[in-house]
Amino acid sequence: MKEWRFFAAEQRATLLALVLFLVMFIIYVSNHPAGFTPNVVQTASNKGVILAFVAMAQTLVVLTAGIDLSVGMIFILCNCVGSYVLGGTMASALGGAGLVLLTGLGCGMVNGLIVIFGRLQPIVTTIATGAIFFGLALWLRPFPGTVPDFNGDLADLFTGKLFGVVPASLVFLLAVVLVVWVPLSRSVIGRAIYAVGSSDMAAYMSGMPVKLARFTAFAVGGLLAGFGGLFLTFFTYSGEASLANGDNYTLFSIAAVVLGGVSLYGGRGSAIGAIFGALAFRTIGDLLFVFDFDPLWQPLFQGLVLALAVTFGAARLFRIRNRLEMFS
Amino acid sequence: MADGQALLRMEGISKRYGGVHALEDAHLDVHAGRVHAILGENGAGKSTLIKVMSGVVAPDQGRMYLDGREVSFANPAAANRAGIVCIFQELSLIPDLSVADNIIASNPPTRFGLIDRRAQRRLAEEALVKAGGEDIHPRARVGDLPLSRQQIVEIAKALARKPRLLILDEATSALTAADVTRVMAVLKRLRSDGMALLYISHRMHEIAELADECTVFRNGRNVESYEQGAKTDNEVVEMMIGREYRHAFPPKPPRPAEETPPALAVRNLSWTDKLSDISLEVRPGEVVGLGGLDGQGQRDLLLALFGVLRGVTGEIAIDGRPMAIDSPRQAKSADVGMALIPEDRKTEGLMLPMSVLHNLSFAALGRHARFGIIDRQAEATSVDEMIRLLAIRSNGTSIPVSALSGGNQQKVVIAKWLMLSPRIILLNDPTRGIDVGTKQEIYQLLRKLSGEGAAIILYSTDYDELIGCCDRVLVMYDGTIKTELAGDEITEHALISSALNIAPQAGAATGEAGHAPVSAASGSVA
Amino acid sequence: MKQDTATPQAPMLLHLRANLPIVISFACIILLLLLGSLYSENFLSPDYLIQQLKVASFLGVIATGMMLIILMGQIDLSVPWLLTTGAMMASAATAFGPAGEFLAVPFGVFCGFAMGMVSGVGVAYLRIPAMIVTLAMNVIAQGLMVAYTGGFSPSDTASSGMRYLATGNLIGGVPNAILVWIGIGALAVFVLNRTTFGRAVYAIGNRESAAFLSGAATQRLMMFGFGISGALAAFGGVLLAGYAGKAAQSMGDAYLLPSIAAVVLGGTSILGGRGNYLGTVAGVILVTLLQSILSVMQIAEFGRQIIYGLVIVTMLLLYGRERALR
Repeated sequence: MKEWRFFAAEQRATLLALVLFLVMFIIYVSNHPAGFTPNVVQTASNKGVILAFVAMAQTLVVLTAGIDLSVGMIFILCNCVGSYVLGGTMASALGGAGLVLLTGLGCGMVNGLIVIFGRLQPIVTTIATGAIFFGLALWLRPFPGTVPDFNGDLADLFTGKLFGVVPASLVFLLAVVLVVWVPLSRSVIGRAIYAVGSSDMAAYMSGMPVKLARFTAFAVGGLLAGFGGLFLTFFTYSGEASLANGDNYTLFSIAAVVLGGVSLYGGRGSAIGAIFGALAFRTIGDLLFVFDFDPLWQPLFQGLVLALAVTFGAARLFRIRNRLEMFS
Repeated sequence: MADGQALLRMEGISKRYGGVHALEDAHLDVHAGRVHAILGENGAGKSTLIKVMSGVVAPDQGRMYLDGREVSFANPAAANRAGIVCIFQELSLIPDLSVADNIIASNPPTRFGLIDRRAQRRLAEEALVKAGGEDIHPRARVGDLPLSRQQIVEIAKALARKPRLLILDEATSALTAADVTRVMAVLKRLRSDGMALLYISHRMHEIAELADECTVFRNGRNVESYEQGAKTDNEVVEMMIGREYRHAFPPKPPRPAEETPPALAVRNLSWTDKLSDISLEVRPGEVVGLGGLDGQGQRDLLLALFGVLRGVTGEIAIDGRPMAIDSPRQAKSADVGMALIPEDRKTEGLMLPMSVLHNLSFAALGRHARFGIIDRQAEATSVDEMIRLLAIRSNGTSIPVSALSGGNQQKVVIAKWLMLSPRIILLNDPTRGIDVGTKQEIYQLLRKLSGEGAAIILYSTDYDELIGCCDRVLVMYDGTIKTELAGDEITEHALISSALNIAPQAGAATGEAGHAPVSAASGSVA
Repeated sequence: MKQDTATPQAPMLLHLRANLPIVISFACIILLLLLGSLYSENFLSPDYLIQQLKVASFLGVIATGMMLIILMGQIDLSVPWLLTTGAMMASAATAFGPAGEFLAVPFGVFCGFAMGMVSGVGVAYLRIPAMIVTLAMNVIAQGLMVAYTGGFSPSDTASSGMRYLATGNLIGGVPNAILVWIGIGALAVFVLNRTTFGRAVYAIGNRESAAFLSGAATQRLMMFGFGISGALAAFGGVLLAGYAGKAAQSMGDAYLLPSIAAVVLGGTSILGGRGNYLGTVAGVILVTLLQSILSVMQIAEFGRQIIYGLVIVTMLLLYGRERALR
């Protein structure tokens, strides 16, 4: 086999997600009343980037064959924290942004510690910690609100356009990918994250840092959810402890991860695929808008597209000649 | 015994699991530049011994010395650093990672904290060459490779750690004969390079070919160590089972007459590119063996008969009536009456955490239920009957089946099918990884069942078993039946030469080595 | 012979270990009641206890379906909107005259069953992870209901039958909702322990390939499992609509996590194959009581969430731990 074919095989899921997104996006902009203008792209990317961060967070945990049902709540908590600390001068607001990210990191670390040292299943652990994180968010923001001196300039810097064309949020997303995801995925720990998800016993037998990998996945996942919460605050200038929003982002992050070609059984996929999955999922939601449908149909449409996408994923089933392979 | 200081010395090692002594006061010396074989039944403590050695479990008592210095390993990584590397029976490969990632799993070369993929690939390629796997691409995904290639990757992975002591635990059990030949050559070279090898295998001929020194384990203790060749096979087996070695196989009754109508008749069965044009007949009272090298379609054939495979073409007739069997559910129904003892009892035969009772009755549950409601009295009665019939040693029927020994677990798998009184019984290597005592009981049972009129197809990787148990043997090669051997024709010689699909005269030349895998044939096999 | 009968573990001990979660759960229930009684005498009054059991019945019905799914090693995330679908469709049927009134409950339950079966096809036959299938089904059910109601709380009201089931008293003093739960619970115990279906549920949860090779119709059973879970979620919705008089948009949101928590706190393994119904009963009562006491003590919503989460983590740490790799 040629080298490029190995590359294609490794990246197939990510490339598929990219194609899916591009198709959706082309349909979207070509039918958008305003067309392909920087403003349309900016709005689309701001909404997409928030989900993309949460989806990346989910990806890390899913790669270890776990699931983080608290990711939406970490995101909401970080949003609420942000609505307190992103005020004042540029410097203090930047410091506040650091605090928001630390909050996310801390939440992720708590999840990781409980799962690893408590030896509990991620799914039940994060259901419980999700309640705790949401409780904290509710404590901070019983009602939606913000600090009086919220630094809108900083927020606009991240949600505006660079040179009047490129959406800043996309550039920032790219920067996070380059600074967080790329080094992590190429490090020893990153490889262990994949290995743990693929076969944790084999990873342990191979002397890989199994616990550290799990912990890192949860912790960095929390950090990335923190980026999402930060961006939501930049976007809305305020914080809101919305249960529905938190639940939705958790659910959408799983949808994005699946559309992005990350295997829920762990070990396969990449955060970059999940980003495209998130952007595609967002675009699907917006498609109805450009076709002048009643927004009431949006959830049904999103559900059907998700169902359709995963059903296509099931096509491999028809190639299975040995029924025992269905169970693995 | 070899001179000089032992590379690794174990003294008075004990390890208990629950109330059971897996190892009791075990001793072992391993020397550099020698192959040390460990023999013993399943449950004799071999696995625990090497787990202790390689840091997977910590011993309760005892000391280990490496180069005369006392050592203890907190985890496999610590053992690796000390130069002790183990290739486990269950593969330790990570299916979703590439070959190179797997080979250099534990401490890859890094640059600026990131894995240096180019350097890693170079190391992986070197290791692959050493392990005889030049044909494996370092970027291939391990899960996509066939099992025998994965085993080569496993060996390469071990070599990449530059071991001083390499432990091979049944490392050849998944390999084809051609691969075994290659691996043997690799191991001999490593020995002459001064590496110590600890070799665990059930295959006596491999030990005869490779080992310098052997140690027999029984009940968690080392019984005796001796220079290879100092004991006869019979003496070794006696040491292993701790009693006189009885004749293993029950006598074969006269074969059923040719004109007896077959219980199972297969015509021109084909499936994808794995099985082609297979025709066979099995009469009631007959034990028909499937022979050949491992992986020539024997397993697929059994699965095809049992309705597990999709897209099977050809005709299957049960008692002369054509049948299309498309699920295990149908295969076990009264008008077919088929049972399959699957290959892997842990994932295919048993629900390990469930009780012995529930496992035993599961396949035949419909017999003890009306309108879907279980008659628990009837269930318990027939389960007890089966436990008596097969002499299953279990501490009550409510304990999880995982608490039984391997041999008794296998008996449970067989018993749960016997509860349906099947007329056609398919067995997929039923004695693999099972102690000698239970093996013999299974042989007796097969004879008893065939005597009662069951038609039996037995696939075995053990040639002795085919010779001792079967009335006829169908030797498979590349998805077809190449040769049929009956009665006295079933000899080791005939089995091997037809397994390798070589002409009898060529077989005669290679056959004199007895079991030795034939290197001349490796080209045609690989 | 060698030690063929491995691990001679006393069956008694195994028994106790398996039932530890149930014992702890019931102990916690008593502890909660005692704690509550320090705060107010009312906590030990029959009225309060009956009221709590009545509230627990709704969760109990829903958790029964969830338990079935978890026992099979799957998960059902479609509970919130299948529940709402059941409530809304039953209420909608009520608007169609006497026949509609009569068929309201079965129709609502049937809608949940049908949607559950669709999820079941996805999981059992298409082999898509249950988490995704039921997630998509949840969004689809939501989409259908939102489109149907226009996004507002529907104006249809619950039928008299629904109200009677949820709020009436057939036997003096015992609310019907409790009787309904007892009925469904008894049926669940019977099905899980005494029928071939129940045995297959455990077998599938432990090792589906082994169950399949033993000739069980694993795929069909799993599909029906999802159908039953959907029906029970919808039935829970029907009862809740009867309790409140009408269906509401987000009435199901508060039931997903508690139903999973109740099942898991009751000792059912989230990996499938292990658990018994008495544990789920304990889990349901525990969760309900915890929510009630926190609200009676007038702890703010945020505090309730935090304590709720902490209690689940703590209890799981007590007995839900997996074995270590080494």
